Amino acid sequence: MTDAIVRVRDVVHDFGRVRALDGVSLDVAPGVVHGLLGPNGAGKTTLIRVLATLLRPASGSVEVAGVDVLADPTGARARIGLAGQFAAVDAYLTGRENVEMVGRLYGLPGAEARRRAGEVLERIGLADDADRRVSTYSGGMRRRLDLAASLVGRPQVMFLDEPTTGIDPRSRMEVWELIIDLVEQGTTVLLTTQYLEEADRLADRIAVIDHGRIVTEGTADELKARVASAVLEVRTTPEDRERASAVLAAVVGEEPTLDPSGSALRMPAREGTATLVAAVRALDTAGIEPEDVALQRPSLDDVFLAVTGDAPTRSEPEEDGPAPRRRRGGRRRGA
Amino acid sequence: MSDHAHTVSVLRTRTTPASAVRDALVIGRRNLLRNVRLPQLLVFATVQPVMFLVLFAYVFGGAITGTLPEAAAGEYLNWLVPGLMIQVAAFGSGQTALGLTEDLQNGVIDRFRSLPMARSAVLAGRTGADLVRNAVVIGLMVVVGTLLGFRYQTSLLRFLAGFALALLFAHSLSWVMAAVGLRVRTPEAVQSAAFLPIFPLVFASSVFLPTATMPSWLRVFADNQPLTVVTNAMRGLMLGPGALPPGQELGTEVLRSLGWVVVITAVAATAAIRAYRRITT
Repeated sequence: MTDAIVRVRDVVHDFGRVRALDGVSLDVAPGVVHGLLGPNGAGKTTLIRVLATLLRPASGSVEVAGVDVLADPTGARARIGLAGQFAAVDAYLTGRENVEMVGRLYGLPGAEARRRAGEVLERIGLADDADRRVSTYSGGMRRRLDLAASLVGRPQVMFLDEPTTGIDPRSRMEVWELIIDLVEQGTTVLLTTQYLEEADRLADRIAVIDHGRIVTEGTADELKARVASAVLEVRTTPEDRERASAVLAAVVGEEPTLDPSGSALRMPAREGTATLVAAVRALDTAGIEPEDVALQRPSLDDVFLAVTGDAPTRSEPEEDGPAPRRRRGGRRRGA
Repeated sequence: MSDHAHTVSVLRTRTTPASAVRDALVIGRRNLLRNVRLPQLLVFATVQPVMFLVLFAYVFGGAITGTLPEAAAGEYLNWLVPGLMIQVAAFGSGQTALGLTEDLQNGVIDRFRSLPMARSAVLAGRTGADLVRNAVVIGLMVVVGTLLGFRYQTSLLRFLAGFALALLFAHSLSWVMAAVGLRVRTPEAVQSAAFLPIFPLVFASSVFLPTATMPSWLRVFADNQPLTVVTNAMRGLMLGPGALPPGQELGTEVLRSLGWVVVITAVAATAAIRAYRRITT
């Protein structure tokens, strides 16, 4: 990927004795949503802070939109936008005043900041509420405003650190729509999340980060295909179950397991639909009529578990800093 | 948005002294708007010094008046108002630390630091806005004091010079509190870290009473600490040289207090800017 708009090379950073980033390298192609997925304390926020010029790493190089972030942070800041884990908007200002202020701080003259603020508010559907104080906004409106405030500077790259943590499902959908709209307009988005569904839904590519390293990377489908095959699930009547199990074992080459509810047989379907067809034929030949047959694709949960060994978090927001974690021994590890 | 993302030409990629001033004004305006939009902030900030004024004037006034220098013209209020201007500056300075820690906690400082704005603007805008707030609160206190009977005994010019000295001192304390706030980082911790040292500084000084009756070990501290030096200089300016402790000259005391202001501002601003640069979380 020679045309990467974000290029991270061998970035290492320690907080005291804790190694937060342990040799991270990452390329983000322009015009996509790139997801950074990982458990609490994996280094997601630290990496975003390095990219957004808030934190200078101990070593490594970082380039955003062709600008060396460490050599020219101000130049980089003119090309990026950041929305952190909190809605960093002022409750006592109106929506319009918030966006205008950010515009002024991007260096826009007053009239231009005003004009662009109007455009941005229109685009995120807050035009009618623009002149109300943010203290009267819902949580979702605040998040959208926070996310959109940076748009006034027309950044080439937006960094979103857990943009939907702690908001209700409807607001989450609104933020997702906004992110999709952003990318359609040509902005590149790098977002961290601990919600697998969010990464699956939004991200064109996903990098899984754990213990300060990128452990695997690819499209959602690639990642799923890499770690686990599909699973075939066959439901039969209890009387048929033992016979069916023997028939299916002959097809897939291993003994099916009983699912936790005790009503379905589960087995790996290494050839996907071909395995499904073969299984149904064999059952038919044996005169067994299944109640239900389903082919289950692996979920990102499976990927997450396979590469990090950690259960993914579903609701708790990530702490500010990295969780205390002992520095790992070797630098090299196959991903 | 027809012409989107890939135009950065209008945006600056360098900061200049002029853009730094403009950024500080944008931030300062934002901070002041908070005081205007949340009027309870300004009300409490104003009610407290007025309460001190009334309480001290009427509770202590009778007992103290006889011990005051003649320059006070027999009125404790005349003695008290210049001292309270410094007390207001000292108590109000904690607001600088509070404001910064709130911005840190809410992620606002992260947002500012990710923008191509001058690094100095967040601190300059904060201390600048607090200077304006101090001018309003101290001014209102003086108005109430005047209604109750405070009269300067010199000239309007000297009175205004004293007022300006109070504001300069307030500004230097704002920088101290900026440095404290950026190190302490949470509003809760600021409450104690900032206000605890303020109490002995305000009471072990000439702010409320002449230091002459304090025990000698306390006087060593009280007579030489900056709040006393500045308060004495202000009384000299507003009430006349007779208000100064015996043996002190007005010119020398004004210069001494300006010296304190310059030293405190320089040391504290350096510490605050260093702390700001080192923010990593």
